Amino acid sequence: MTLIDVRDLARTFVVRKRSGRLGRTRTEVEAVRDLTFDIDAGEMVGYIGPNGAGKSTTIKMLTGILVPTSGHLRVSGLEPSTQRTDLARRIGVVFGQRTTLWWDLPLRDSFELLQKIYRVDPVRHRRNLQEYVELLDLGDLLDTPVRQLSLGQRMRGDITAALLHDPEILYLDEPTIGLDVVSKGRLREFLRTLNAERGTTLMLTTHDLQDIEALCDRVIVIDHGTAVFDGPLADLHRRGGSRRTLVVDLVDEAPPIEVPGASTRRVEGPRQWLSFPAGASAAPIVSAVAAAYAVADLSIQEPDIEDVIRDIYAGA
Amino acid sequence: MAEVTAAVRGACQEYVWIAAMWVRSALAYPWSFWILVVGSALITLLDFVGLGLMFHTIPHLGGFGLREVALLYGASGIGIGVADLVIGSVEQVGLHVRTGTLDAMLTRPVPLLVQVCADRFAVRRLGRISQALVVFAYGAGSVDWTLAKVGLALVMVVSACLIFFSFFVAFSCIQFWTVDSTEFANAFTYGGNTMTQYPMTIFPREVLKGLTFLIPVAFVNWYPCLFLLGRPDPFGLPGWFAFVSPVVAGLTLTVAGLAWTSGVRHYTSTGS
Ligand SMILES: Nc1ncnc2c1ncn2[C@@H]1O[C@H](COP(=O)(O)OP(=O)(O)O)[C@@H](O)[C@H]1O
Ligand SMILES: [Mg+2]
Repeated sequence: MTLIDVRDLARTFVVRKRSGRLGRTRTEVEAVRDLTFDIDAGEMVGYIGPNGAGKSTTIKMLTGILVPTSGHLRVSGLEPSTQRTDLARRIGVVFGQRTTLWWDLPLRDSFELLQKIYRVDPVRHRRNLQEYVELLDLGDLLDTPVRQLSLGQRMRGDITAALLHDPEILYLDEPTIGLDVVSKGRLREFLRTLNAERGTTLMLTTHDLQDIEALCDRVIVIDHGTAVFDGPLADLHRRGGSRRTLVVDLVDEAPPIEVPGASTRRVEGPRQWLSFPAGASAAPIVSAVAAAYAVADLSIQEPDIEDVIRDIYAGA
Repeated sequence: MAEVTAAVRGACQEYVWIAAMWVRSALAYPWSFWILVVGSALITLLDFVGLGLMFHTIPHLGGFGLREVALLYGASGIGIGVADLVIGSVEQVGLHVRTGTLDAMLTRPVPLLVQVCADRFAVRRLGRISQALVVFAYGAGSVDWTLAKVGLALVMVVSACLIFFSFFVAFSCIQFWTVDSTEFANAFTYGGNTMTQYPMTIFPREVLKGLTFLIPVAFVNWYPCLFLLGRPDPFGLPGWFAFVSPVVAGLTLTVAGLAWTSGVRHYTSTGS
């Protein structure tokens, strides 16, 4: 079932700049153009692209915050800009860069008010709140005003707030920005569970390819306002020709490792760097190395998102 | 029709929920809460003491005695007091635009105007209303009350609230276009209130015309009070002006509603 239906969507911003003493020049920025995709119920979609690509503008149109300049847009059967308040009950939105909670209020008060204005049944509210507070470890923070929370704590509060009314869709705009590794991991784990257990459709924008790797079956890459790739992550790697790196620490120094499916790029004492296609599984290579050599340690380096996108253009 | 009623009832409910939350959170710091209440009561009381002192030296102001001026002052004070209590926060709309809180509000299932008006609801604004009520009660001594006059007084007060209501909303909307326009808006809302605290007879005829037909604050208290006091219009304007305050309120509300919707449309179509 198609939940988000986007056809030829475009959004232009008019920017007026002062030029000279009196004059003002008017320039148009095409933040989004010719954008077409649809998302089915239950999908987890990564929406990635460089800074200024138009990710936030797209999310703002999908939620009804911004009116599109042209094109067709339906979310859950509703037109966001004209049916904004109806749509609001069915979606949850999290902005990584700023909170949607009331800055001066403790989380507990914010959550209580949300229960009322979303008209959530009190029993269901209590059950949801209990579940999310436990999953996101918010128990000790409920009485702290939002402005005193750390970034990671605030993010967990924001996510709970966005989910209390059981939305069909959760949009996350840069949810992991500024979080430490542990927090990022916990957040990904939570989102995976949410999708698996409640079937919530997820659309997240990110800079971090590992978010996508951990969560999304599907990636939409946007650049200069338009989609340049839409498909599984493995295809993205294949198409971009990007490669992952297996870093092997051997017990002793050795000549370059030779295993099928990977090539050794660099040797430094007992440490060797093996490169292999990002779309391929690391497992057979790891086991081949482990079978033939005495290995002290192994780690895998992911390709960088900007590299991947650059590779798409190079390949196209 | 039933749909509209349900929507209005829903909006009022949502307003009360949001306002109640702010009251509760203010009460979490009872000391600062009461200091603010007492402080604002003192300031408004001083206002009236100033006015009383002025009468001590000049017993009449534009041909009106102390109790009569108190009636005018009280009526407009109740109007702006209630409007400020209920929707005064709408003045902060520019701040919401600047800090991005407006985006968060746009993702919630509550009309934007309700959210903006109920934001940071402050009970201390009650101080001003209670002071205006006292002054109005004192001024009421100068009226020969009949049933019709009681009715008109009620209509006057409600219309006064609605007219100031519209002023707050309409002039705050300018902030959707230029964020730093609060001073300009204040000139009209609080400025309009200041002018209605005095008998119009102290102003030249042109000013009265402006306050009748352009920025219609004279309908807040001046025309109805002339009827209550049994005075003929000193400017020779028609006597039925005393009864059209609700119509004027309807007009200003319409203008304010249009200003608000076009402001929101401007925001959602520019994103800044
Ligand atoms: N309110 C706005 N006014 C003018 N230009 C804007 C506005 N919002 C975004 N833009 C421009 O639109 C483009 C896309 O921005 P955005 O959607 O925020 O990108 P992303 O989220 O992918 O970093 C950028 O060039 C940005 O400068
Ligand atoms: Mg962005």
